[in-house]
Amino acid sequence: MSGQGQNRRQGLISLLLMGLPWCLRPAQAQQMNSGRLLSFDAMVQPWVKGARLRAQDVTLNAPILAENGSLVPVQVLVNSPMTVQDHVTHVHLLSQRNPVTQMAVFELGPWNGRADISTRVRLAGTQEVVALARLSNGEFRYARMEIIVTESACVDAS
Amino acid sequence: MTIARVQWPEQIAAGDVVKVRLLIQHPMDTGYLQDLTGKLVPRNVIRQLTCTLGGQEVLRVQPSSGIAANPFFEFHLRAIQTAEFRAEWTDDLGVQGVLTQTMTVA
Repeated sequence: MSGQGQNRRQGLISLLLMGLPWCLRPAQAQQMNSGRLLSFDAMVQPWVKGARLRAQDVTLNAPILAENGSLVPVQVLVNSPMTVQDHVTHVHLLSQRNPVTQMAVFELGPWNGRADISTRVRLAGTQEVVALARLSNGEFRYARMEIIVTESACVDAS
Repeated sequence: MTIARVQWPEQIAAGDVVKVRLLIQHPMDTGYLQDLTGKLVPRNVIRQLTCTLGGQEVLRVQPSSGIAANPFFEFHLRAIQTAEFRAEWTDDLGVQGVLTQTMTVA
């Protein structure tokens, strides 16, 4: 009987060891991509600070697949009348994986007429990008988008 | 020496919302990349960019290393009368750049 238990234990241990390389591999892959993937709250809360946040009124236009992470065109369009009473004050561009989470912040006002900005960002690997807009009444609106990056901006040592 | 360029439609009527495209020549070194000899290139990005139209501030951007080299910004503003557009920026080395151009409103 004891011999059979020994066999079973050895079998279980070898099964565990077989699984081990597969468990370790994703961790290594993440390190290659310059670090951690932030949760949505960790990305957004430093600016929102508990204010009302809704996933509406913001359009984020970017390529689904970006071949070069060093230059990804991004457009943020906020549906807002842009009047003195009701306008967008800030637009944050947030990255899930970049060493610096906030890629840029734009300060807008009623003199802009339209809350529509475009720029070109760097992305350190496949990740989610969030466009966070702060309205003049203190509320926040956002849009999020997953961008697949085939060549990261940060590992290139040229 | 930094070079920049700004562009807007040729004909602007008073009250129009105008699309402005601004391109600045700047390396935007992130501080994470190496040069050909293997030394890290120190971070040098534009910290602050301010655009004014006739003395009124119309856009302020705080970029980081997450903005691509030769940063490009496109935004909108309401043109009321002929005024001078002025863009000013400062980078990590303290180098300041200025671009002024007159926006003619018909």
